[in-house]
Amino acid sequence: MPRINSPAELEALRKEIVSKRDPNKTCITLCSGSACHASGSKEVAAKIDEEIEKQGLATKVDFRKTGCHGFCERGPIIVIRPDEICYFQIKPEDVPEIISETIVGKKIADRLVYNDPVTKEKIVRESEIPFYKNQGRIVFGSNVSVDPKNIDDYLAIGGYSALAKALTAMTPDSVLQEVKKANLRGRGGGGFPAGVKWEGSRNAKDPIKYVIVNADEGDPGAYMDRSLLEGNPHAVLEGLTIGAFAVGAHEGYIYVRQEYPLAVENVNIAIKTAEELGLQGKNILGSGFDFVVKVHRGAGAFVCGESTALMTAIEGRAGEPRPKYIRSNIVGLWGKPSVLNNVETWANVPLIINNGADWFTKYGTETSKGTKIFSLVGKITNTGLVEVPMGTPLKEIIYDIGGGIPNGKKFKAVQTGGPSGGCLPENLLDLPVGFDELTKAGSMMGSGGMIVMDEDTCMVDVARYFMEFLTDESCGKCVPCREGMRQMLKILTNITKGKGKEGDIETLEQLSETAIEAALCALGKSSPNPFLSTLKYFRDEYEAHVKEKRCPALSCKELIAFYIDPAKCNACTTCARKCPSEAIIGGKNLIHIVDQAKCTKCGTCFEVCPPKFRAVTKISGVPVPPPVPEESRKIVREGKQK
Amino acid sequence: MSDIVFSIDGKEVKAKEGQTVLEVARENGISIPTLCWHELLEPFGACRLCIVEVESRGSSRLVVSCVYPAEKNISVKTRSEKVDRIRKMILELQLAHAPDAFILQDYAKEYGADRNRFEKEPSFCIHCGLCVRYCNEVKKANAVGFVDRGIRKEISFIPEIAAKECWGCKECFPLCPTEALQAAYVLVEALAFPPGDGDGSK
Repeated sequence: MPRINSPAELEALRKEIVSKRDPNKTCITLCSGSACHASGSKEVAAKIDEEIEKQGLATKVDFRKTGCHGFCERGPIIVIRPDEICYFQIKPEDVPEIISETIVGKKIADRLVYNDPVTKEKIVRESEIPFYKNQGRIVFGSNVSVDPKNIDDYLAIGGYSALAKALTAMTPDSVLQEVKKANLRGRGGGGFPAGVKWEGSRNAKDPIKYVIVNADEGDPGAYMDRSLLEGNPHAVLEGLTIGAFAVGAHEGYIYVRQEYPLAVENVNIAIKTAEELGLQGKNILGSGFDFVVKVHRGAGAFVCGESTALMTAIEGRAGEPRPKYIRSNIVGLWGKPSVLNNVETWANVPLIINNGADWFTKYGTETSKGTKIFSLVGKITNTGLVEVPMGTPLKEIIYDIGGGIPNGKKFKAVQTGGPSGGCLPENLLDLPVGFDELTKAGSMMGSGGMIVMDEDTCMVDVARYFMEFLTDESCGKCVPCREGMRQMLKILTNITKGKGKEGDIETLEQLSETAIEAALCALGKSSPNPFLSTLKYFRDEYEAHVKEKRCPALSCKELIAFYIDPAKCNACTTCARKCPSEAIIGGKNLIHIVDQAKCTKCGTCFEVCPPKFRAVTKISGVPVPPPVPEESRKIVREGKQK
Repeated sequence: MSDIVFSIDGKEVKAKEGQTVLEVARENGISIPTLCWHELLEPFGACRLCIVEVESRGSSRLVVSCVYPAEKNISVKTRSEKVDRIRKMILELQLAHAPDAFILQDYAKEYGADRNRFEKEPSFCIHCGLCVRYCNEVKKANAVGFVDRGIRKEISFIPEIAAKECWGCKECFPLCPTEALQAAYVLVEALAFPPGDGDGSK
């Protein structure tokens, strides 16, 4: 492709690409993000290629492998445009039918369309499905129409026009002022205003400056940065380049985890094609501005998401946060002023430049502007990535978009902000999501993880789980984090095992204070959050574990017992047959008994006991009733008495 | 350049640009406890024992004095109820690993730290990094380093380097605040039983 030397040439190229595309031509888009890849989208893609060829449709149908559509629960997803027909959970064997029936025959394949689990209604169009309908996808929305490996798709939707505008119609200072005015706050966790951070670097005396993308997403269950970077890498690259122009940097880094191979692949392709077109490298768009970006692959340390640890890692040393009281936008990578922002923050920048700060600030609350992408996971009907305007109540995200809690269970808590975030209870469901709102409630925005928990989740065990994650992922440099968490994990583990003692909660509180006040970095300082927020809202569960040796959620293995209610057991023998440790004493027409000494509490009996009997129960905090004496175990069935 | 004037425990002190609060305190005979600080080494900021309260423009916060730069007009308090409480906890956490270290025992007396508060895991090492940093910054030998992270982090001599560098040096041994012999032990272990030597002892 020839180099583009001016905004006018960029616009001409865009028009040329668009003119070659017939908006009425059938186009199959297939979600090919990592999540759908894992559910077999590669095989589906091969089958689509094959069928298009076989049915002689090569000139009549376009096929586009796009990034993540967000509705990962139901992947792989096919959307057939322009009719917007949406099919879910596609298997290769569905493809011939889709092509011959829907593409050629113009008939909807009923069995593949969205079947609303609540209303039982079948919905054909993407935009009418509640999961999509209730979102506001200004950042993530482009994913569905862009093949991340093809720059033409990004250019067709106006890609790089914000960069052209910044480089030629604006000054670095006016770009900076626009981002400041938009009050774009860091999407990676801290919520620090990006414009203020940029300004600090811009004003720093050192002529060499860096801009960096933090794609070291490490929160369990969170994958919005991965989906953005692998699904729409040019948006991130464009934002980064605009930032570099504003700050005065000519070199940038994308720090991406090794565990994101598709993101690494797609961003490398994006950089290469952007360079070929003159959108990266020397004299970008003929403006005289030079900018090159390198991809640095991280080796899987959660702590490297911390800004100074990330920079230390790029420098080739062990990823540990720096102890200095100097901001990295002043003294950062190799001692130079360095602006580090998260993937999603950078992806917002082109939108702000193109549409203006006033447009951006229409979305959101007083102090949190724009939208936020959340990764909605856990005990939720619609697992996936959702983007909503800041200020949307938790309830809307969980119920209107997420479809509520599956299997008729009750909502218990939602964990936001990743491992060092916190758990919010049901009475806070009206809380609007925003940086300050979540922090005030004892949790945080973090990078946007949102884990929904139902009544079967033990909150003490949740705190223990996150503490275990953090002890593993701590860099181990400072005492309050390394040693404090070591002890916190020990105490929490003991509590969940029924070995909690008086004073444990107080010790945990004192260890938390030491971490908050004395730990070296933000990760260490926030490490007690999983404990503190669960204690704040679920203190009764801690007390039940410590004082009564009871797990109210009936989840902590060492505190529960499986017990078969003799009045309900019908001697169907299912549990006895399925028990992997042969711990169920039973037999034909005999009431079944769990041998508590042999039981490993795997829960198989509880799961397989037919719903019409529900004889297997979990009990906690009370002694297991003595087994029915052997002579009374015979079940006498009605009608068979004769 | 003119001196930076501020106060530590009510006493007016003067500092040069770039000096840390801890350095200034030491120059003025004000004692702040430390475990990972050494005059020949770059401040490490890991033990957090040198935490102090800094008041500036009406608000106060806790900072670690070994890395906090001296600033005009701040008022530093080296002891307060909160500072003492945190130092006590840090000492108790460290005493679980090195219950018999003299320096920890001395500090424990001063701060009322209970050496038996947490279950003992005597590994001797308190991760002050003095040996690692001395070997790297002063001797430039890099014969000893940290391995792994989080609660599994430990110090380890690198056999290939240690075999050449360490016998004639051993300058890190007396630096170890917990048990000088520990350093010797780890060294001998590394030399006698290099990992992957195939003798089955590791």
